Amino acid sequence: MTLKESPSQTAGPYVHIGLTPNYSGIGGVYPADLGKQMVSPATKGTRIAVEGRIFDGGGTVVKDALIEIWQADADGRCNSPGETRGAADPHFSGWGRCACDTETGLFRFETIKPGGVPYPGGGMQAPHISFWIVARGINLGLNTRLYFAEDEGLLAADPILKRIEHRDRLSTIVIPGRNGVYTFDIWLQGPNETIFFDI
Amino acid sequence: MLATEPGIRVRYILPTSPLSCVRRNGLIEVWQANAGGRYRHKKEGYLAPLDPNFGGCGRCITDEEGRYIFRTIHPGPYPWPNGVNDWRPAHIHFSVFGQGFAQRLITQMYFEGDSLIWRCPIVGSISDKDAVRSLIAQYDHDNTVPMDARAYRFDIVLRGRRSTMFENKLEGN
Ligand SMILES: [Fe+2]
Repeated sequence: MTLKESPSQTAGPYVHIGLTPNYSGIGGVYPADLGKQMVSPATKGTRIAVEGRIFDGGGTVVKDALIEIWQADADGRCNSPGETRGAADPHFSGWGRCACDTETGLFRFETIKPGGVPYPGGGMQAPHISFWIVARGINLGLNTRLYFAEDEGLLAADPILKRIEHRDRLSTIVIPGRNGVYTFDIWLQGPNETIFFDI
Repeated sequence: MLATEPGIRVRYILPTSPLSCVRRNGLIEVWQANAGGRYRHKKEGYLAPLDPNFGGCGRCITDEEGRYIFRTIHPGPYPWPNGVNDWRPAHIHFSVFGQGFAQRLITQMYFEGDSLIWRCPIVGSISDKDAVRSLIAQYDHDNTVPMDARAYRFDIVLRGRRSTMFENKLEGN
């Protein structure tokens, strides 16, 4: 029997109450917001930070969005029951959640650089971090990916990136790092619109 | 959900799903307005007062059969600045995790019998009426707690897992 999936609805302006209650000022319910800490001193891999802001089509910073990221560990293994290539690093969550700052719109994740992951259809995917964005006015969460500009050879061989026709727009998701910090600004619309994925 | 004051209490129950694969041990997070329609959020300015005994958020993990229960109060409808006179029907926001992130879902649950549902532009953003109906929790008399709480049943269906991905949003949104 096939059931029809429940439709998605906007997260609304108060998503923080439910998903980052401590950040929204509701203390004393949970010790910490889920997804706030991805790494510990025992986590394997190169420490990086990913930060940025989300812009709408008019260039206005979106300040009430919430972002979740998923990624493989340093060896390219995922912290998931579906991982078949061995256990992922037990000291790495592989998942993070961050509310954009209500004043500045900035988000920031402190994580590690992931390894490459095999593509189900063959070949290797370049290291990447999957992003999921929800906010007021967005009915269906937006999916995109951050790739690392220094991985030139791996990027050229990536089976998903190869399918993107507009090569000039790859720069919206292939991001150079500076001292381990990757600034990933996300444009929801307009001439600089980020490449979003239908997954 | 920190519901210590009397109010219209509601329990939600998700009985065993007819799906062959139910979501065991899945995280569900919820948030909602209080009985007066006010959210506990610093940017919320609706005139209804905050309820000092109601936080407005809750979370749980589904059991081995995919079931969950939240014990809370019936949220109030509230007006919002959209058209001249738009009200949100009473609703609870739901965030649900599947096994892969392609199944990640955020949605809203409505209550059977609420006249505001079919007037709401946010509900109306879903064009398929059956899909809207799937977001309306049904009154579940068998699971009420006598002299204490009414019950509503809200089943959630996550999309199937897909192993491939393609990009279709190169041009605009
Ligand atoms: Fe709401």
